[in-house]
Amino acid sequence: MSATDITVTLTVNGTPTTRTTGGHVSLLRWLRDVADVTDPKYGCGEGVCGACTVLVDGEPASACIVLAAQVDGATVTTAAGLCEPDGSLGPLQERFHEHHAAQCGFCTPGMLLCAHAMLRDADGPMSRDDIREQLHGNLCRCTGYTDIVDAIEDAQARGITR
Amino acid sequence: MTSEIHTSKVEELRIVHQPLARHDQAEKIAGTTRYAGDLAFAGMLHARLVRSQVPSARLTRRDITAAAVVPGVVAVLLGEDVPNNEIRVDVPGQTIAVGALKASMQVLATDRVRFHGEPIALVIAETEDALATACELVEVEYEDLPVVSDPEAALAEGSPSVHEGGNLLAEWHIDRGDVDGAFADAAVIVEETYRTQFVDHAYLEPEAGVGWLDDDGVMNLRVATQVIEHYRDVARILGVPDSKVRVIAPYVGGGFGGKEDMTVEPYLAIAVHRTRKPVRMLWTRNESLLARAKRHRNVMRYRTAADADGTLLAHDIEIVSDAGAYAYLSALVLLYSTVHACGPYRVPNVRIRSKTAYTNNPPTSAFRGFGGMQMVLGYESQIDEVSRRLGIDPGEIRKRNALARGDRLPVGQEIITEVQLAQTIDAVRERAGDKPAPSGPRKAVGRAIASNMQSYGRLVWLNDSSAAWIGFQMDGSLTVRCGVPDIGGGQASSLGQIASEILAVDMDRISVHFGDSALTPLAGTTTATRQLLMSGNATYEAAVLLRDQVLGAVAAETGQPIESLRIEPGEIVGPDGATPLLTALQVCRRRNVPIEALGTFFGPKGKEVTRDLDGDRIFPDFTFGTHLADVEVDLDTGEVRILRYIAAHDVGRAINPMSVEGQIAGAVVQGLGQALLEDVVVQDGVNLTPGLFQYMIPTATDVPDIESVILESGEGLGPFGARGIGEPPIGPPIAVIPAAIADAVGARPTTLPVTPERVLDAVARGSRAAT
Repeated sequence: MSATDITVTLTVNGTPTTRTTGGHVSLLRWLRDVADVTDPKYGCGEGVCGACTVLVDGEPASACIVLAAQVDGATVTTAAGLCEPDGSLGPLQERFHEHHAAQCGFCTPGMLLCAHAMLRDADGPMSRDDIREQLHGNLCRCTGYTDIVDAIEDAQARGITR
Repeated sequence: MTSEIHTSKVEELRIVHQPLARHDQAEKIAGTTRYAGDLAFAGMLHARLVRSQVPSARLTRRDITAAAVVPGVVAVLLGEDVPNNEIRVDVPGQTIAVGALKASMQVLATDRVRFHGEPIALVIAETEDALATACELVEVEYEDLPVVSDPEAALAEGSPSVHEGGNLLAEWHIDRGDVDGAFADAAVIVEETYRTQFVDHAYLEPEAGVGWLDDDGVMNLRVATQVIEHYRDVARILGVPDSKVRVIAPYVGGGFGGKEDMTVEPYLAIAVHRTRKPVRMLWTRNESLLARAKRHRNVMRYRTAADADGTLLAHDIEIVSDAGAYAYLSALVLLYSTVHACGPYRVPNVRIRSKTAYTNNPPTSAFRGFGGMQMVLGYESQIDEVSRRLGIDPGEIRKRNALARGDRLPVGQEIITEVQLAQTIDAVRERAGDKPAPSGPRKAVGRAIASNMQSYGRLVWLNDSSAAWIGFQMDGSLTVRCGVPDIGGGQASSLGQIASEILAVDMDRISVHFGDSALTPLAGTTTATRQLLMSGNATYEAAVLLRDQVLGAVAAETGQPIESLRIEPGEIVGPDGATPLLTALQVCRRRNVPIEALGTFFGPKGKEVTRDLDGDRIFPDFTFGTHLADVEVDLDTGEVRILRYIAAHDVGRAINPMSVEGQIAGAVVQGLGQALLEDVVVQDGVNLTPGLFQYMIPTATDVPDIESVILESGEGLGPFGARGIGEPPIGPPIAVIPAAIADAVGARPTTLPVTPERVLDAVARGSRAAT
């Protein structure tokens, strides 16, 4: 414990979690290295790739460019938080699985949260181009995006938002 | 699904050929997969490299004093601390002398650095914060040396040498037929130079791993890799027996060739060796872009002769590739460029001279398509130009020249499987329908096709092999062990499908253990589009052996002939009725028949190549395909929008059509990135592309839906007649986009990436040509 340390409490996927770290620790490092929540991924460290996307009080954020201390007290949802209580895939995750929307899977946790937020917040029916527009902050190097768009379009057709 | 499947031979298949949602995807989507960087140990240390800030210099001073006393720092290591400070690389087939120095690099540079980002010191600390502080405090002084930045200039007389003995790392020659005579008789001669750029793999998972020592002194490295066999290289560096190093590849967050050479492995090993504690190393995106080997930039000079009906008569080709500062796999990548240089066409007269040169640029090495893919830009642009000059349809001229079974490549290799190139051309065109109209007055729409061939399986003289083990559990479930690294393409899952097909066990009762150099049979690298061919066949063989053992035991027990028995889900069926599988397994136990089997598959063999390529078989076989693109060009801004993209490949047999479609779509988009966007900019050896803000890979808005057409000739050398599909679809995009632009504006871009500036240059040339 040093003078610059700070205690942060976050509710991560429903579990209140309190940890003390240096004040400069990013939310991503806090989750991964301190709280052992490893589904948000490090891909670029500068908020470009979207692999670390989480929901902070319901809104998508790049955890690599947010300090944990900035969001003390917040509710944080990661991809694992979209699962059913028994750990099985949630409805949106089922759509991703059905449509082969993951290959290496490294972008997938961030991609899921982006998809969840766009489905939840959509004003009306989204076209495939609308979906692509909203995905542009989440990079994928394996799928070519088509299967991801398919999964989100299918979720929309079924009224699934998470 | 945007894919179609055209099957020409239908077999009775139960699980293979089904579009199965993979179990590994379910875990990835649930967020539970532990990638290399996701594992942590109590008391784990952290390691990071201090890298050269200049491209070419003598190291006059390396001072670790200040870094070593930072609280929390455990050790700061230099090259002198590495037991055997050398990584060796084979440079095969050269008749010129290639000295040891040329083909080796230091693990940590001691006296000379040759590229921006080369490792100099290794810092090990208890916390990431101490690590960051200490890395800043390692003092390095450089005495700048000349920078060699252009591969062609590097080969010129009087160029400074990157290594002693000149800058020529490797060269290959092909001489077939009478090239000069063919040009003398030609109706049309087309001559052009094509240039490709440095490309980064840019997988989402940067290089990462954790190392630790077991109680028995075995060094364990759990790393993001395509090659667990690097345990041998690590052992050599540490000076320990091979049996004392174990490499584990968990699910990898993308590879594409970038995790074929070692990345974190030697450094983790040294750190663990020194501290005897668990150590983690995570490369930043900046390190990944700066220092990990890139795709070769190639200069490709083509001179092509054809007769009046469009028959290709001759190619005269010169290739120069940029090997960067160290050898890595550049000699082999150039060999692929050379052998693939004429594409999927019959060309009787061929002269190829290819060279790869050392520079002070980032090293270059394996990348999906491995030198074969750059050539697609050359041979497809040339055949298009021949067709334009002669007024022959681009599809027709390709069909007229297409290779067929029994033909020989310029290198001498005979094509031994059916070539469905013409079918792929028809497939993309039928699906595409009419060319769309432009969306406005200053817009032009273009359509083009591009075909390619790409080998699957390793060079035959490498004596490739793979082994897989399958065992029944006494409850009838199945365990598969195979050392295949799974880099996201379903490499492990497809083995489960093959075992499931032959042994009639449901997928959810099969576990595939993979990627462990100590506990799974070695299966070779997940590279060269080889795992389905090699490990697929090994698994097939193991499954057949195991099936026949069980059937043999039942035959002996019941008196039924073994030929009359077959394995069905949960039972062995014969003329006298069914024997439950569990009973059959107990019969095996009682009769001392193993309920497990090891299958080893040996790849096709061939003689080692020499510089003058005049051989027989170089590769096991090839995969063929054709892509079609519609683009719209903004004539004022040079912006290119891809309206439609269709890709057709003969995959022999689709083991899992969803995985095949995924490989095609992903490779296409990666190729489109190279065609239009991506460029690792290096100026005088300084890498100016430090992050993903600067290195632009395609986003969801940059590309359209990728439509795939899967043809199944049943003619591949893999299990069930499968061909490999991991690499082949990345080639055509870099040719079809410039060709579609040429169709729209009347002139062809020849340098990648086709930026808006280069498009506008083509627009200007096109309008000059039209007036």
